[in-house]
Amino acid sequence: MSKNITELDLSTLVEKIGKKEISAEKVTAEFKSQIEKLNTRINAFITVSDDCLSQAKEIDRRLANGEKVGRLAGAPIAIKDMFCTKGLRTTAASKMLRNFVPTYSATVVERLRAEGAIVMGKTNQDEFAMGSSNETSHFGACRNPWNFDYVPGGSSGGSAAAVSARMSCAAVGTDTGGSIRQPANFCHLVGVKPTYGRVSRYGIVAFASSLDQAGPMTRTVRDAALILEVISGHDEKDTTSATKDVPKWSENLSAQLRGMKIGMPVEYFNHGIADDVRATVMRAADILKAQGAELVELSLPLTKFAVPIYYLIATCEASSNLARYDGVRYGHRADFSKQAAADLEEFYSRNRGEGFGSEVKRRIVLGTYALSSGYYDAYYKKACQVRRLLRQDFIEAFKKCDVILSPASPTPAFKIGERIDNPLEMYLNDIYTTSANLAGIPGMSVPAGFSHNKLPIGVQFLAAHFEEQKMLNAAFAIEQNLKLTAEVPYAIQ
Amino acid sequence: MPSNNWEAVIGLEIHAQLLTESKMFSVDSASFGGADNEYTSPVSLGMPGALPTINRRGVEFGIRMGLALNCNIRTRSVFSRKNYFYPDLPKGYQISQFDEPICEKGYVDIYLDGKPKRIGVTRAHLEEDAGKSTHHGDYSLINLNRAGVPLLEIVSEPDIKTPQEAAEYARTVRNILRYLGVCDGNLEEGSMRCDCNVSVRKTGEKKFGTKVELKNINSFRFVEKAIDYEINRQISCLESGERILQETRLYDSTKNRTYSMRSKEEAHDYRYFPDPDLLPLVFEQKWVDEIRATLPELPLEKAKRFQTQYGLPEYDALVLTQERAVAEYFENVAKLSGNAKASSNWIMVELMRELKESEKSIEEQKIRGEDLAELIQLIDKGTISGKIAKTVFAEMWAQGGRPADIVKTKGLVQVTDRAAIEKWVDEVMSASANQVNEYRSGKDKLFGFFVGQIMKVSRGQANPDLVNQVLKEKLKK
Repeated sequence: MSKNITELDLSTLVEKIGKKEISAEKVTAEFKSQIEKLNTRINAFITVSDDCLSQAKEIDRRLANGEKVGRLAGAPIAIKDMFCTKGLRTTAASKMLRNFVPTYSATVVERLRAEGAIVMGKTNQDEFAMGSSNETSHFGACRNPWNFDYVPGGSSGGSAAAVSARMSCAAVGTDTGGSIRQPANFCHLVGVKPTYGRVSRYGIVAFASSLDQAGPMTRTVRDAALILEVISGHDEKDTTSATKDVPKWSENLSAQLRGMKIGMPVEYFNHGIADDVRATVMRAADILKAQGAELVELSLPLTKFAVPIYYLIATCEASSNLARYDGVRYGHRADFSKQAAADLEEFYSRNRGEGFGSEVKRRIVLGTYALSSGYYDAYYKKACQVRRLLRQDFIEAFKKCDVILSPASPTPAFKIGERIDNPLEMYLNDIYTTSANLAGIPGMSVPAGFSHNKLPIGVQFLAAHFEEQKMLNAAFAIEQNLKLTAEVPYAIQ
Repeated sequence: MPSNNWEAVIGLEIHAQLLTESKMFSVDSASFGGADNEYTSPVSLGMPGALPTINRRGVEFGIRMGLALNCNIRTRSVFSRKNYFYPDLPKGYQISQFDEPICEKGYVDIYLDGKPKRIGVTRAHLEEDAGKSTHHGDYSLINLNRAGVPLLEIVSEPDIKTPQEAAEYARTVRNILRYLGVCDGNLEEGSMRCDCNVSVRKTGEKKFGTKVELKNINSFRFVEKAIDYEINRQISCLESGERILQETRLYDSTKNRTYSMRSKEEAHDYRYFPDPDLLPLVFEQKWVDEIRATLPELPLEKAKRFQTQYGLPEYDALVLTQERAVAEYFENVAKLSGNAKASSNWIMVELMRELKESEKSIEEQKIRGEDLAELIQLIDKGTISGKIAKTVFAEMWAQGGRPADIVKTKGLVQVTDRAAIEKWVDEVMSASANQVNEYRSGKDKLFGFFVGQIMKVSRGQANPDLVNQVLKEKLKK
């Protein structure tokens, strides 16, 4: 029995705990021992909660007393280190914040806790979520549980590796340009980036405010839907959060797709796409067709601009969002005891020069440049204009279809060290994912097969604003037909 | 201005701290004072992940002031980030408004030496204040209580020509702010700050000269002095063939001069862009109309009404309407006493002198409006003389209370009984026989001496008109 606990998905675990078939403490202990066994090799967690067992005992106590427990009662969940957690170190995988302990929790974390989730710890990621491989972390690269030589993807690489390696039954990540969907894709998981505004950004370390969204990373579509229900909904602390009602996605899942139109943009299948990936997407299309959906070819001609405008807007916002890390109130401060700063400028440049890694610096420099006077109109403003057109393109496209099917990334996971010295190649990895952030629409990836060398390959679904149910249903149909959820990563078997 | 070949071009940027309970973008208290860093939260400390939310009251105050400045109110405005590094700026940027401010294109009418002048208001926008740094030798301390307090920045057109106009414009804006109750307008404490942009050019020249920004001006008098100094400095520079540097200069009131604050950082590029954490600020015109309906009568309107309704001279009307509380006090006294001119005189001369000497506001002193009105009525009815009234007033200022009671307990009622007055006149005349003789032999000036003596023996209670009458009659004999 105990060996199987970590193989159960979140919904099943919550149900069994609720029925007192297994204790929450036992469940947490199992996942915790998996962390103890594997984390030194995989490096999925930066910080492990030392109170996760007592959190679980509290759930058991309340169950024993017949008290109401939440929808996620006893579910061990890993939290990306971008979410502030009260009393629990939150680093954003940066030297800058390596000792930062927040005095408050992100709204997402509060909502998870309120529904009884167990916070297992804080997961590795690219520094300030800037990266697609988890290699820019100050705390070292994270390994893909399917093959330790490969990256788990990024930026939410640690979250993906943690769930994939059964160190937690689910995780929450953040997605600014694909940071949930791409690592989910690399690690055989379901990863959802909801509509911009669905989930409060309060307490999430900001990377690019107009693009950042939090979302679940799970082994099943149902689990993702359930977590999404918990974390979604208006938050008065985030004025960009939507006031829309939160549907019961998990209860309305259906693999029956009769009448659904699946759009396939020609631009998404043009070039640079690996054969394995293309074949996987085509097979997924066949399954959807067999489930009653109609395939529709469409064109999103602005697709080629998505990566460039993404890297302009994201870096501009980041250059300003990261200005607060100055070493004045908290965060890294250089050692001025031997040599005092000559002036304020030196104080800042030493604190920030030492505290930030090179990818973060690269993006701050890019963003600062693009916002500066004389360049603003040509770069930031122009990018915003194209962004509006791109958004309009999607709104038009969703008049012709319900859901868009595409690859999640052009290739499966790549080797650690393979692309880290080539930022352009690394950025192009985001080609299928950034559009959803720019347009504000929901997107998700779902496991759909494996490459010739046994690496996971997923497919991506995109839907119109606030139409998460449609893409969840399409993903559910893939999941139900392929029956791949029980696959266990080879490297941890 | 020293030379009539030159003219100055002056524009003011006034920062007014709005009297909201909480900060502009967070729920922390916006109160003055507090223990160091007491009024802070993750939002005002610029903690990771903290997000701003807009203070509705702050927006309402901005609209109120914008309407009073005759501005167009934009029902859609945008908050932008002004990026720069400073230790008391927690986020590394200030949330402000840039190309789409909430108020635009207004004006203020000022009166200088009785002449009206209209000064254009380019814009008024909402933003947040920074914290406060204090420097102690080799270390500095930061207090963020003020960080995030709402500010309305009011930018004038460069319509101002003289230091006096600048100071009067600043005073007028201050008066309006205080009338609306949106800012206490205290330059000394910094709840209102006044930066002056000054340039000079040859008279008749169309192009503007290089402008210099003056900061650290903490009184209206210094607005005038700092600009005056700066105009002279710039003219001397230009006349000796130097160039004016575009820079920020601080005013030192003890030396009455300005000095350069920084030039290196002048090339500041604030990299303004719309704050992605805040959606554009959009509200309905209906709200603006509702706010407009609650605007009080403003100083100049009041002054005009005082002139027509109470027949006050323009000068009196302008002085009495500078402070809303004073104007309301006056109106109360004028209505109750039925004598507006006397009310105006008592307030402008006696009461304002006492207020100035004691540095009190009209709300803090003891003379109630109805008491001053009663005092005026006692004079008008002849119950007390004007001279006695001053004694009563002094008592009222010191202790408060109704003038009728003071008159009664102190026995100050004016005596109009002819027999009693004749008795005092006789008494004085017999005690001053020599003077009576001198008067009768032509020394008219002594008349005042007799009046003084009579008032003295009557302890000021004798009715002066009767005294004059009786004295004249008796001295003729």
